[in-house]
Amino acid sequence: MIWNPNKECMSRDEMHALQSRRLQKLVTYVYHNVPFYRNKMQEMDLNPEDIKTIDDIVKLPFTTKQDLRDNYPYGLQAAPPSEIVRVHASSGTTGNPTIVGYTRKDLAVWSEVMARCLTAYGITRNDTFSVSYGYGLFTGGLGAHYGVENLGATVIPTSTGNTEKHIRLIRDLKITGIACTPSYALYLAETLEKMGLSKDDISLRIGAFGAEPWTENMRKEIEERLGLKGYNLYGLSEIMGPGVSHECETQNGSHICEDHFYPEIINPDTLEQLPYGTQGELVFTTLTKEGMPVLRYRTKDLCTLMDGTCECGRTEVRMGRIMGRSDDMLIIRGINVFPSQVESVILEMPEFEPQYMLVVDRVNNLDTLQVQVEVRRDFFSGDVGSMLAMKKRLADKLKSVLSISADVRLMEPNSIERSQGKSKHVIDKRKL
Amino acid sequence: MTIKQLSIFLENKTGRINDLTKILGRHGINMHAFSMAETTDFGILRLIVSDVERAVEVLRAENFAVMLTDVVCISCPNVAGSLSEILDHLAKNDIFIEYMYAFAEGDKANVVIHPNDLEKCVAELSKCSCNINKLS
Repeated sequence: MIWNPNKECMSRDEMHALQSRRLQKLVTYVYHNVPFYRNKMQEMDLNPEDIKTIDDIVKLPFTTKQDLRDNYPYGLQAAPPSEIVRVHASSGTTGNPTIVGYTRKDLAVWSEVMARCLTAYGITRNDTFSVSYGYGLFTGGLGAHYGVENLGATVIPTSTGNTEKHIRLIRDLKITGIACTPSYALYLAETLEKMGLSKDDISLRIGAFGAEPWTENMRKEIEERLGLKGYNLYGLSEIMGPGVSHECETQNGSHICEDHFYPEIINPDTLEQLPYGTQGELVFTTLTKEGMPVLRYRTKDLCTLMDGTCECGRTEVRMGRIMGRSDDMLIIRGINVFPSQVESVILEMPEFEPQYMLVVDRVNNLDTLQVQVEVRRDFFSGDVGSMLAMKKRLADKLKSVLSISADVRLMEPNSIERSQGKSKHVIDKRKL
Repeated sequence: MTIKQLSIFLENKTGRINDLTKILGRHGINMHAFSMAETTDFGILRLIVSDVERAVEVLRAENFAVMLTDVVCISCPNVAGSLSEILDHLAKNDIFIEYMYAFAEGDKANVVIHPNDLEKCVAELSKCSCNINKLS
């Protein structure tokens, strides 16, 4: 099924014309409303009139996560505060989170693209759908929520946590669809089995999984253990939230809601645009956003783009699976973690050497983070209690900065490997 | 009347204690007493050795985190009830023992004590039926 065939199955010529019109309008809008973009364009000797078609996008400046951080909190907002009706925030690397304001129209676009995703998975108004992304500043919960309502299915806002209660609701309310992270889906399967139940006791048929990288093997395992079909749901708060792209029933790449989010693949070193089929860094321009539009936002996600009409009838460009990152960001339990965040905490504490190692693993389908850190010789105490207190101080600080808990391991001086040149701070043992 | 104990921070990993004992052996440093306090990921090794200064020097040179702690070491008769009598006396005088370790050989038992108040502990021990040792 297709929610909006006029857009999702538009001919390529029509799409090109629509995107061109929207880009022209966007560039004029940000030029007049966002000093950051106006300054950048003036430095490049670029006028809004120079952008005539979507192909001129290569002339425009890029936007990076650092730009968002430097302009904290509202520097990149284009709409006046009176037009902003909601704000979300994503975790920052060292201190400032990224603040994204949405106008009423932005929220309408968001629930439109989310409805497209859900429809592509096969969800209809007859389904009962559990949104198990976290509700709050994170875009996952509320973003998926309003998409389900827009579609007309029944939304059960379960959020995360209290997994046994969640499973009883899935069983008793005959919940048929669910949106969550793939690792949480596996955890649900495990809890279901621990409760002495199986997939035959529940009616789940469709899962929308995203917010962290996952593999075909994970998909197979989730599908088998929960008795559903699992689909990829992609998004990022800087662009909108969940709903930027989605798989369809053919499960061959994720369709990008291209009339709203224009995708490009670039070479992360030369910043040159690359042709379809070549792996590189994914870049998005928000063609219709009012609150905080972005030009050529570098996602740092590495993947390829594919063109051609899909078996399902959609003509939109599709993106392949995310193959990695062009920076050192880790996604742990759906939360973005940068090694530099850990470093900044450690550098603030004189008890520790500025040497550390993050060990990431997946135990019983849940991501674990261990932070190994060396105790400075002068701060070593022969008393176990004060050593444990030191360990707890670091764990508490990490928790408040990262929003997830880390297992701190105190190490002997000089025991963490020193490397020549670019030091290695991460061991990721997860097999994805 | 007190002696210096070496406290050494060790990660929990196979062979780590050997590394340390090998170094001490190589430098001809003898260990009189030895105890290990452990948590899930690290341990603190407590050592009474023949040559404290040299032990600190060679271990630090090998990057061990070493610190010195003042403790008191007593010897008492290796018979039932003798330690109990001493500990009773300390408790009555409000001396809290943070940790201790002991070893007995022949008719003598040696006990290393790390109390909350070392000075007071030594004073009280001198009233008990035990000898306060000066090991090293």
